[in-house]
Amino acid sequence: MATQQTRSLARAMLAPSVGLLLIWMAVPLALTLWFSFQQYNPLNPIRDGFVGFSNYLLFFNNPAFLWSILNTLTIVASVLAITLVGGILLALLLDQPMWGQGIVRILVISPFFVMPPVAALVWKNMIMHAQYGVISDLLRSVGLSPIDWFGRFPLLSIIIIVAWQWLPFATLILLTALQSLDGEQKEAAEMDGANFFNRFIYLTLPHLARAITVVVLIQTIFLLSVYAEILVTTNGGPGYASTNLPFLVAQKATLEFKIGQASAGGIIAVILANIVAFFAMRAVGKNLDR
Amino acid sequence: MGNIQLKKVNKSFGATQVIPGIDLTINEGEFVVFVGPSGCGKSTLLRLIAGLEDTTSGTIEIDGKDVTGEAPAKRKLAMVFQSYALYPHMSVRKNIAFPLKMAKMPQDAIDRKVDDAARVLNLTNYLERRPGQLSGGQRQRVAIGRAIVREPSAFLFDEPLSNLDAALRGNMRLEISELHHQLKTTMIYVTHDQVEAMTMADKIVVLNAGNIEQVGSPMELYHKPDNIFVAGFIGSPKMNLIAGDIAKPYGAATIGVRPEHLGISKTEGTWSGIAGVTEHLGSDTFIHVKTDKAGVITVRAPGETDIRFDDKVYLTPDAARVHKFDDRGLAIR
Amino acid sequence: MARAVSTRRTAAVTVAAWAIALLIFFPILYTIITSFKSEQEAIQGFNLIPSFTLESYFDVQSQYNYFRPFLNSVILALGSTVLALIVAVPAAWSMAFAPTRRTKDILMWMLSTKMMPAVAVLFPIYMIFRDLGLLDSRIGLTIMLMLINLPIVVWMLYTYFREIPGEILEAARMDGASLWNEIYYVLLPMAVPGIASTMLLNIILAWNEAFWTIRLTTTNAAPLTTFITSFSSPQGLFWAKLSAASTLAIAPILIMGWFSQKQLVRGLTFGAVK
Repeated sequence: MATQQTRSLARAMLAPSVGLLLIWMAVPLALTLWFSFQQYNPLNPIRDGFVGFSNYLLFFNNPAFLWSILNTLTIVASVLAITLVGGILLALLLDQPMWGQGIVRILVISPFFVMPPVAALVWKNMIMHAQYGVISDLLRSVGLSPIDWFGRFPLLSIIIIVAWQWLPFATLILLTALQSLDGEQKEAAEMDGANFFNRFIYLTLPHLARAITVVVLIQTIFLLSVYAEILVTTNGGPGYASTNLPFLVAQKATLEFKIGQASAGGIIAVILANIVAFFAMRAVGKNLDR
Repeated sequence: MGNIQLKKVNKSFGATQVIPGIDLTINEGEFVVFVGPSGCGKSTLLRLIAGLEDTTSGTIEIDGKDVTGEAPAKRKLAMVFQSYALYPHMSVRKNIAFPLKMAKMPQDAIDRKVDDAARVLNLTNYLERRPGQLSGGQRQRVAIGRAIVREPSAFLFDEPLSNLDAALRGNMRLEISELHHQLKTTMIYVTHDQVEAMTMADKIVVLNAGNIEQVGSPMELYHKPDNIFVAGFIGSPKMNLIAGDIAKPYGAATIGVRPEHLGISKTEGTWSGIAGVTEHLGSDTFIHVKTDKAGVITVRAPGETDIRFDDKVYLTPDAARVHKFDDRGLAIR
Repeated sequence: MARAVSTRRTAAVTVAAWAIALLIFFPILYTIITSFKSEQEAIQGFNLIPSFTLESYFDVQSQYNYFRPFLNSVILALGSTVLALIVAVPAAWSMAFAPTRRTKDILMWMLSTKMMPAVAVLFPIYMIFRDLGLLDSRIGLTIMLMLINLPIVVWMLYTYFREIPGEILEAARMDGASLWNEIYYVLLPMAVPGIASTMLLNIILAWNEAFWTIRLTTTNAAPLTTFITSFSSPQGLFWAKLSAASTLAIAPILIMGWFSQKQLVRGLTFGAVK
């Protein structure tokens, strides 16, 4: 459709975006890689120099590191589980005829648009606070003692907050996919004698498979980098109970000034993300072929 | 004005050669129709002439000037697209005025030309409407109006009537032919519908897989097809083509005879058979006869014929109108 | 596919849906309610009816100069959006209307840059910003937010441009329009809804971004994310003010979000769900 003249101009128009992203990706990443092989402490530069893979080894031997990886994966898996199951159920519910569906939708999607610091603080102070939070009030009113969420269940608390934020996303995506299911197919299935449960298993779920894949992949990308919620509530504690990889790396870099270790951690985070991205790109690429 | 010459025009998309090498002359003022089955390259050829695609090799000359590398706008051609391609956010007036605005014409001259074109095309009452508020036929006319105001050397039509319903198509066919007589400008018209080709063209170019099968007036193509492809493409219903033993006495590998050149009778004739599906159109009846030796033959019979399904019938071809083709599919004359 | 559904079933569904929806919305609702309480009220226990006082809102401004981070959020969100559009519109045009065999690969590569973990480049970026004097600067952060969301902006514009029939642009070309005329008179007017949707989504993403804004600002350029984060130490007796600050921080985006559900699906699933 294009002629020679449009083609060369097209290349020029693409250049700024590609160039900017290339620089943004390549330069800092290269620096991080370089730093990961260095001992570098801006506060204490005496021992700076090339140290090979020892930063990576230090990282691996550090219990904080192992905890952070475990917590990262726990957060991702738990939030995925909650949002997928909850999302499917909610989507199924919202797909039914009801009164005031528009408002219900608005209420349900709202948590996604709340900025993470606000979401975390609201949950920390209003809902989960051991003394003044709503849950404590509820528990006390039935004679139970209040729970110190962030003290006793730090990771779970983070998971709850993040799941609350992402449930709307999963619901919205799944609901959109659900509503694209051809009504005639459902009717044909009914005429073939399938009840609601059968229709769900054999018709709805396969149709949703693609949307579920997308939700899993997109959410995983973002869930791997949960940060503000931790910063604002538990600060990674108690100990390392609620520290994930991004939080640990940021802490090493900005608080402890162990740049070498932090960089090694950053590279590991990249590797982790790449594994996920590989599968994500395959799914998205199939869509671009259309 | 409006003389177009294609010399050895070749177009390939990557490894696929769509047009292997075409020589064609279009004379000033002619109404030329490119016709052929889907994928034969007729639209590609049109777009090459328009300048919307680059040729892989070969030259295109307009009025003696080589325009092969030139942008579409510089070629002084106007195109009417299949989907009309009107600007949905502009009023009819602004749509028609757009090319003049691009040519930096003064506003009062623009207004005059738009009003003139609107009058010719019966659009004066619709000038302030948007395309979305118009019917298919009206949009078609706006597209034509946008082309007319440019006073091009030639008009290019890319299957303009495909999106219209049958009744409207008939009307628009007449309007476009009328327009041609009025403006006397060269028109190149692409269609897959051989009825449009036959009724509108001064000259028809039959294309098949990028090759020109034959160029000629409608009557030439009807009476003297150069090969089996053209013989089978022009004329509706299709010419009956019979190969094998029936063709041998004529000294040909295949013979062809049009449904309207066969006589049918219940009593006597050259080929015997059983009448199959009978299509009554009122003015004519088309009968598909399962002959004993010549396969299924379509015959045109008068509207009031009393021949029914399963009747025993006899067909007689008009000897003067039997076409003969050799084993390469070329006509024997 | 309309079919008569029993009113009882609709009622049951309605009750269930509203109950769950209100439960999900409750934290936000309670925050808004608490923002209209005084501090003493706020810690008096669970109470759904506030006294509708605006004192907390006023205090938030007078004690903490709330307007400044709010203004910063606005500037960063709008600025990064405009910047992204300037770069992304030509790129999306190029990929939508003059695609090559590499176009799909380039698009996928762009999307993949969004998947890079921020922490991986935290220190180098910090260093570069520090050396260039961009720390705690609005310009620096605007550029940063633009880079982060550029892939999504390009992607969304690309999908919207692809929906414009190519023939209309060809008609413009035949009508004598130069490339710039083609874009200005035909493409952009037709793409306005798509561009608006993309802007909306980008504003939302930039406003809510809670990593770089926190790590690269302190006071001058601190947007609402940084501002709110600074209240994370346990300090009691400011919950009404926190609620007021939070309500103001989330209100604009909540409202925008309600109107951009479709754009969200298109933009954040990279088109994989229709």
